[in-house]
Amino acid sequence: MTRKKLKQQLIVIGNGMAGIGCLEQILRHNHNFEVTVFGDETHVNYNRILLSSVLAGEKPVDDITLNPLAWYLEHKITLRLGIRVTSIDPTMRTISGDDGSVTSYDKLLIATGSKPFIPRIEGVEKDGVCAWRTLADTQWILNRTKPGTKAVVIGGGLLGLEAARGLQVQGCDVTIVHLRDRLMERQLDSTGGRYLRSKIEALGVKVLLEKSTAAILGNGHATGVRLTCGLELPADLIVVAAGISPNADLGKQAGLQVNRGIIVNDYLETSNPDIFAVGECTEHRGVCHGLVAPLLAQGKVLAATITGNRGATFEGAIPAAKLKIMGVDVFSAGSNEGGPGIETVKYEDESQGVYKRLFLDGGRLVGAILVGDSNDSHRYSEWLRTGANLSAKRRTLLFPDPIADNGDAAAMLSDADTVCGCLGVSKGQIIEAIHEKGVCTMAQLKECTRASTGCGSCGNLCMDILRAVAPNFEEETKKVLCKCVPFPQEQIKEMIRTQRMKSVQEVLDIYGNGIGCEVCKPALSYLVDVVNCGEHDEDRSTRFINDRVHANIQNDGTFSVIPRMRGGITTPDELRKIADVADKYKVPLVKVTGSQRIDLLGIKKEDLPKVWADLGMPSGQGYAKGVRMVKTCVGSTFCRFGTQDSIATGVELERRMENLFTPHKTKMAVVGCPRNCAEATVKDIGLVGQEGSWQVVVGGAAGKSVRKADLLITVSSTEEALAAAEVFFQYYRENANYLERTYDFVERHGIEKIRRDTVYAPDAIKEALLDRLTKSKNLSQDAWLERDNPINATQFVQIQPMEQPIMPPSPSYLRSSASAND
Amino acid sequence: MSTWIQITPLQNIPLREGRCVTLGRKEIAVFHLPEKVLAIDNRCPHGQGPLCDGITTGTHVVCPLHGWKIDLETGMVARPDVPVGVKTYPCRVNSDGIVEINVAATQEAEVAA
Ligand code: SRM
Ligand SMILES: Cc1cc2nc3c(=O)[nH]c(=O)nc-3n(C[C@H](O)[C@H](O)[C@H](O)COP(=O)(O)OP(=O)(O)OC[C@H]3O[C@@H](n4cnc5c(N)ncnc54)[C@H](O)[C@@H]3O)c2cc1C
Ligand code: SF4
Ligand code: FES
Repeated sequence: MTRKKLKQQLIVIGNGMAGIGCLEQILRHNHNFEVTVFGDETHVNYNRILLSSVLAGEKPVDDITLNPLAWYLEHKITLRLGIRVTSIDPTMRTISGDDGSVTSYDKLLIATGSKPFIPRIEGVEKDGVCAWRTLADTQWILNRTKPGTKAVVIGGGLLGLEAARGLQVQGCDVTIVHLRDRLMERQLDSTGGRYLRSKIEALGVKVLLEKSTAAILGNGHATGVRLTCGLELPADLIVVAAGISPNADLGKQAGLQVNRGIIVNDYLETSNPDIFAVGECTEHRGVCHGLVAPLLAQGKVLAATITGNRGATFEGAIPAAKLKIMGVDVFSAGSNEGGPGIETVKYEDESQGVYKRLFLDGGRLVGAILVGDSNDSHRYSEWLRTGANLSAKRRTLLFPDPIADNGDAAAMLSDADTVCGCLGVSKGQIIEAIHEKGVCTMAQLKECTRASTGCGSCGNLCMDILRAVAPNFEEETKKVLCKCVPFPQEQIKEMIRTQRMKSVQEVLDIYGNGIGCEVCKPALSYLVDVVNCGEHDEDRSTRFINDRVHANIQNDGTFSVIPRMRGGITTPDELRKIADVADKYKVPLVKVTGSQRIDLLGIKKEDLPKVWADLGMPSGQGYAKGVRMVKTCVGSTFCRFGTQDSIATGVELERRMENLFTPHKTKMAVVGCPRNCAEATVKDIGLVGQEGSWQVVVGGAAGKSVRKADLLITVSSTEEALAAAEVFFQYYRENANYLERTYDFVERHGIEKIRRDTVYAPDAIKEALLDRLTKSKNLSQDAWLERDNPINATQFVQIQPMEQPIMPPSPSYLRSSASAND
Repeated sequence: MSTWIQITPLQNIPLREGRCVTLGRKEIAVFHLPEKVLAIDNRCPHGQGPLCDGITTGTHVVCPLHGWKIDLETGMVARPDVPVGVKTYPCRVNSDGIVEINVAATQEAEVAA
């Protein structure tokens, strides 16, 4: 009787992106492995790239897991977490762990990644100094930061810059100390470096170039650094980001050929036939790759090799890097230096901070540097990869085809073209997933192909492909406003802006059917208002009745009146007036609303101006797609837990925004501590006070859907918090579609883009947003003042006929059909 | 006896808006459109919504309460597809710029109904 062949033991050392990425590929092949993974970190495989987002508070830790425990279980993988492999015995084919265990293997996969390079600086072992590589490092750093912490980052490369940015977002006072004459010198030329520097400085991070650190100061705990030039910088936290070196020690000890990294050939084989290596610990054709895309490409090749399908090869990759700092677009790929036979094509716009430089060799792209605008990076990556001859495109290399929007970009890609650079997913693979797996949402696409689960920058492209190919994909973003004006709102805004149109009718006449309907008229009313900052020709016939009479129409044709009660604060005098009005006009219902104010319901249209005059309070805009209220909690004024003055802040916030229209209603709240008594985290804009700082959160909802608001920024002063709220508010006003609440808007754009375009945008951009807000605000007024100056004589009244018909006595049954208002 | 009743100077009804006027016991919505004036019963056949407060679209008005769309020329409901309608009244602007409505025909129709 023949025994069934025993399973082969495959051991993977290193539970990181390259090792597990390769293992995922191995599982797709027909294999006979029993797999054990050793990892010295204690977390399941996560997306290391996104540690930058965790540090910057953009993503919770839970969101960066790549393979949950269930995945290991499902594939019967034995996971040994928190165990460091200390040696390999290639003759006995065993490995030893630091827990004393010895495990035998048939095939061994080394995927140990790299370790941070720590320069030999005096005092570098002091408490308060750390490198940044793992989730644990990230959590350690986060525990040490609070607003005002002084931090120094040693190293001004990609990692150093992202560290500095993260620390700065956490409220630290950050200085980068960099040895070389420019930031990111491995990716940028000196002009690019200069542009980058000014952007980094604009974020509030200090940059010291051509400086090296001589010593870490302090007794036990770091208190600062001393530079070789003698300068001393105080610092409670020092992050070393001076580069990485491959973790090749195990390979060396096992007798493998090792140079800087473990040497592998094009099949990812090492010098020992049973041992393979993948990822940052390897050296391939003299190069140690340090970015995820090539490492995952290695994994695919190795999966074929190790499962007995040797054939596919890894032939290297063109280095490409993108800086993941919001508001600071930097992309660099391939060569970044001129040379004999290399032509360069350049574009520079100092006022916009945009610098682009392409390197061409014989009509083919060999390198690209983009600072300030990296929208086209995808095109350049493709040209670099395919080596396309660009002679015919010479004149337009730096500018996208004028008609090519994203949708077309997707169409122009060939099936072999890479869409997701991080995970190496091609357009063809996405299309296959759509057709064969029935994928029709972004979430399914991520699940199925992993596309867009790396840095996420290909998200739009993926959406475009889905939109074009998936039969069941629901069109969301490129919707036209309506049949009357068949353009997307974005485009309409642009037309209003460039054609300087001031009225709805103009837009309808020039770009529409001249008529308009109940859908487009209110939308266009909003758009002409916001684009012209309130300096438009108001046409009330295009507004919904609520906005003609500044009250909310009820099911019987009467109206409700909600006066503004900023922050939910009222006075006995106001309450008395409300009571008097309720008596005088026999108001059928007086109700405390869900938004901390009082509603008088059932008021006749013709009584509205009189009611407002008697109340003497401004309009609460309870009827409008506009600023509703700012709810507040007691806060430090009375509450024993209050850390911030939520009442005064909320009242001020309301004052700064009231009377303005917004794409949909905008509701806000300010709370004095994280107990969140006024529910700020489910409002369109919320300010959450905490000891010494405010969190500004946006995109929350607790209406039709419930959504927890995203953190926009944490700031230390109340004025900064108000300013952040204002910048976001104006950005939402300008960029959302009409009838798009912030919860959809924030989700559609992603909080990262929003942060990049608002609070982390260059100062000039923020100031411009605030200027336009101020302009709109100055032209706005309390709508209820129209009681004295109606736009039209008959705005609030029924028309009194000049004569009455001579009525025949009407039969009694007709009388019952008379109107309720009679 | 003149059957045309003078209502109000045209400028009291803003262009593309409607206004309600009570004639006898009837609430009538009068609309000022670019080329003409049109008048119908003010109450929406769906749930008595005030049609004078609706947004006009061409020669239709959309009820402010739940969006039924009514053809101002025929009085018929154009959306949703239900075979009901409201009464219409002949309406014009006289040489003095005064809006006039002819209620006589309708009154007859009403009595006959
Ligand atoms: C009066 C009030 C209820 C109350 O008595 O408390 C109210 C009444 C109406 N709400 Fe509301 N909402 C009221 C607070 C809320 C709240 C609570 C809050 O603001 O904190 C919410 C959830 C928060 C939110 O908006 O996300 C709320 C979520 C809605 C929604 C769902 C919005 C969404 O996108 O999720 C609608 C429908 C819509 O806007 O499309 C709505 C629509 C309405 C309308 C305007 C329906 C309509 O179009 O006629 C109601 C008018 C009733 C009437 O006869 O006048 N109301 N509504 C509250 C007025 C607050 C104020 O002082 O201005
Ligand atoms: C903050 C940050 C941002 C980054 N941003 C980007 C980016 O935007 N784009 C990009 O392409 N790349 C980025 N990178 C680099 C990218 O994360 C790495 O290239 C990639 O993770 C390398 O994968 P790897 O599997 O080779 O190594 P790792 O992911 O480091 O995995 C190796 C694992 O092996 C473990 N290990 C090592 N030795 C042993 C041992 N003896 N026993 C047991 N376990 C061991 C390690 O602890 C680690 O968990 C970033 C890196 C960091 C730190
Ligand atoms: S929940 Fe809001 S919209 Fe619904 S009935 Fe109550 S007040 Fe009206
Ligand atoms: S009352 Fe007019 S649509 Fe409902």
